[in-house]
Amino acid sequence: MTITLKVNGHDHQIDADPDTPLLYVLRDDIRLNGAKFGCGLGQCGACTVIVDGKAVLSCVTPVLLLDGKQVTTIEGLGTIDAPAPIQRAFMEEQAAQCGYCIAGMMMRAQALLQRNSKPTDEQIRAELEPNLCRCGTHMRILRAVHRAAQLMDTAELSPSLEGSVQ
Amino acid sequence: MNGPGNLDRRQILAGGGALIVSFSLSDAFAQDQAAPAPAPAPAPAHPPKWIGSLKETPFLDSWVRIDADGGITVFTGKAELGQGFKTAFQQIAAEELDVPFKSLKVVTADTGRTANEGYTAGSHSMQDSGTAILNAAAQARALLIAEAARRLDVPAENLRTENGAVIAPDGQRLGYGDLVAGNLLHIQAQPESTLKDPSKYTVVGQPVPRVDIPAKVTGGASYVQDMRLPGMVHARVVRPPSYGAQLIDYDAAAIEAMPGVVKVIRSGNFLGVAAKKEFQAIKAMRALTASAKWNETARLPKQEDIARVLLGLPSQDSTIFERKNPAAVGLKTIEATYTRPYQSHGSIGPSCAVGHHVDDVTTVWTHTQGVFPDRAGIAEMLRVPPAKVRLIHAEGSGCYGHNGADDAAADAALIAREMPDVPVRVQWMRDQEHGWEPYGPAMVTKLKASLDDSGAIADWNFEVWSNTHSMRPGGAGSLLAAQHMAQPFAVPAPKPLPLPEGGGDRNAIPIYTFPNAHVVHHFIPAMPIRISAMRGLGAYHNVFSIESFMDELAIAANADPVEFRLKHLEDSRGRDVIKKTAEAFGWKKGQKAPDGRGYGFAFARYKNLAAYCAIATEIEINRETGCPRLVRAVAAVDSGQVVNPDGIINQVEGAIMQSMSWTLYEAVTFNDTRITSIDWQTYPIVRFDAVPQSIEVHIIDRPGLPYLGAGETGQGPAAASVANAVANAAGKRLRDLPLNRKKIKDAIDV
Ligand code: FES
Ligand code: FES
Repeated sequence: MTITLKVNGHDHQIDADPDTPLLYVLRDDIRLNGAKFGCGLGQCGACTVIVDGKAVLSCVTPVLLLDGKQVTTIEGLGTIDAPAPIQRAFMEEQAAQCGYCIAGMMMRAQALLQRNSKPTDEQIRAELEPNLCRCGTHMRILRAVHRAAQLMDTAELSPSLEGSVQ
Repeated sequence: MNGPGNLDRRQILAGGGALIVSFSLSDAFAQDQAAPAPAPAPAPAHPPKWIGSLKETPFLDSWVRIDADGGITVFTGKAELGQGFKTAFQQIAAEELDVPFKSLKVVTADTGRTANEGYTAGSHSMQDSGTAILNAAAQARALLIAEAARRLDVPAENLRTENGAVIAPDGQRLGYGDLVAGNLLHIQAQPESTLKDPSKYTVVGQPVPRVDIPAKVTGGASYVQDMRLPGMVHARVVRPPSYGAQLIDYDAAAIEAMPGVVKVIRSGNFLGVAAKKEFQAIKAMRALTASAKWNETARLPKQEDIARVLLGLPSQDSTIFERKNPAAVGLKTIEATYTRPYQSHGSIGPSCAVGHHVDDVTTVWTHTQGVFPDRAGIAEMLRVPPAKVRLIHAEGSGCYGHNGADDAAADAALIAREMPDVPVRVQWMRDQEHGWEPYGPAMVTKLKASLDDSGAIADWNFEVWSNTHSMRPGGAGSLLAAQHMAQPFAVPAPKPLPLPEGGGDRNAIPIYTFPNAHVVHHFIPAMPIRISAMRGLGAYHNVFSIESFMDELAIAANADPVEFRLKHLEDSRGRDVIKKTAEAFGWKKGQKAPDGRGYGFAFARYKNLAAYCAIATEIEINRETGCPRLVRAVAAVDSGQVVNPDGIINQVEGAIMQSMSWTLYEAVTFNDTRITSIDWQTYPIVRFDAVPQSIEVHIIDRPGLPYLGAGETGQGPAAASVANAVANAAGKRLRDLPLNRKKIKDAIDV
């Protein structure tokens, strides 16, 4: 079956079985690295991406349900040279050990910040509950999300700053 | 080759004195030898003779290569596992060579390119590889200066280095690239280097941002999981349902007819399938799993009974420490038994490898911790000479020891050989990682000690029962694929790991000074459950036991736990981290935590020869549910000369979080045949609701002293500190890990 998927602002014609989870389409067909396979069971959040503004576990979301929807992965936020505020924040806080969980953490946090630009610490913790980190980078991840919120705030005030949100 | 007018490189490195071709091993090992004695280490007047892995791989250009264009590459045989040492190595080399940090490249473990540094384990990377790079860089710089002196006919003392060039008093610059012609660095290292004065450091000691993070947060190809070679297929293995199960039957034809399937691979009890696309491989694996019939024979012990089972198994017993002073007499004796279940590494990304078999050579990209030993195992499995196998390290998800990485590499090698010329990417599924990784071994410790009339410990008895803590390859029989294939390899006989580092007895010898002490290691060869190395090895449970028991004794002696520890500790660096932690935490003698809360303290020097770490914690217990929560943790760590303070802090923060998770929640579960903890539902770990309010890590820097590593030092102290805080909050001592909600609730309710 061929479906049209909008990923990071580009249309992709995907030829895949309708039951194929989005994760494999992103990694295998579109060759993106950001979404990671962690469990394939919806238990760890390593595969988190944003679909129409919401954080979604791509490993358990069949691509069939996504026709015409907007998918954003970490690659769609910014680049190494022009990082988005959340990417800058994670770099500045050095919020990674192995980093395998980090893209998923960032996408879930990004979805939160898009609907609530000034989340409390409790709200951030609650939001990140589905995502696991085995390296124990949690404290830095929390700090990075707070910093991202601040950076996004400043970015709004001074539009000349590089690295816009989507 | 040192003809007239040529540079006598050896003489230069030997400091202009006698020609030293080889060096004495006792010099090279001086640091290790000094280590086991838990005595205070006075700061040496000169830099110690520590050269790390240079002793096994002595050629300078195995570590540092300078190209004619001035490009510099640093080589390490260690593997970046998310500890950030790649950045630290780059700092060390930049500092010692006087070149900008960004002008260097670091190449990690590759059997085709780097030194054989064995495993990346035991917090050894900084000691072994970091020290080798430090000395190789310093000696390279000395040679570059000497070569410049020769060319310019200026005394070497009048030259300085800056920004990748040697600079003469008159301002002439000779770039390193110009100076390296003619194999300048292809020379054996000398046992001593003239090192930069640590007070002049500008790069070492700075929190330089990690070089790998930008790609990781922007979707760069950072992991072996992200590799895509042209024409690559995706493979999945079907593991037996239980240890030792025999494959009776499966439906190859039906699977081979599935969309995208390229090949079904079977060798004995090894079963796998390759397909063009990843999800096709997964679907085929599921169908193959459904069609496969196995004869299961495993008889696993009763999980609830594991401590009794271990104590009942035959063991090889050795007294590993003995001290006697009949003058010290104990009046009040207490005893306790502590137990640990099997625990899982639980990497977030299941193990993965890419294999490529071309012209009789099998190349595997893998996140193994030991490319050379794993290559030996894979070559034996394939029944080819090691030269026919190349292993290249590529990062994976954090592993914290020997997880499925080596096995996945063997899977990839075996399947790739069946499909010549086609690159094969194998990734394990979640249940395979959880069900087949070699776990951290279950352990039992029994402690008994007496207090004298002054409340000091008069005698101390410690016994530990444990399997080995390393079944890492070297031999093929350590690899699942080799165990399962036709003409299989038997699991090699386990060996206890030798002291002073030890395995099951790692940190079993107390660092405290007791007048009478007796420590016994009961090494259990039989392994009812597949096990191997997990972060900290036996130190996790031994430190948990010793430091829990120190608290029990402090309570019995009516003493403050921090004072009680200091009273028994001579090691001055140990005393310093204890005092620092206590002060930063606001620890007060006679303190009482608010209702429902408790304070805990613990300390250890990892392996009694590596980094020092003391941790204080505050725990809150929900009286209704028994649910424990770490509120805050404060740590101090002395890891010798600091290279990257933020790297150390990151490692220790992570150790505290992970050890807290092991300690409060984690146990591998099994029934009489199968492992039953096979995902995050059945093997829960810490989630954000249990993340503390704060973790504070303080570093005590020791400029000029050897690097001690920091990856594992927090594991034991964090466990004991949490356990002591739980005991303080609950008013009851729990000794059977994990200290989970149910056990705490039961204890409170009694
Ligand atoms: S990989 Fe999707 S939730 Fe774990
Ligand atoms: S940084 Fe390694 S799993 Fe989170």
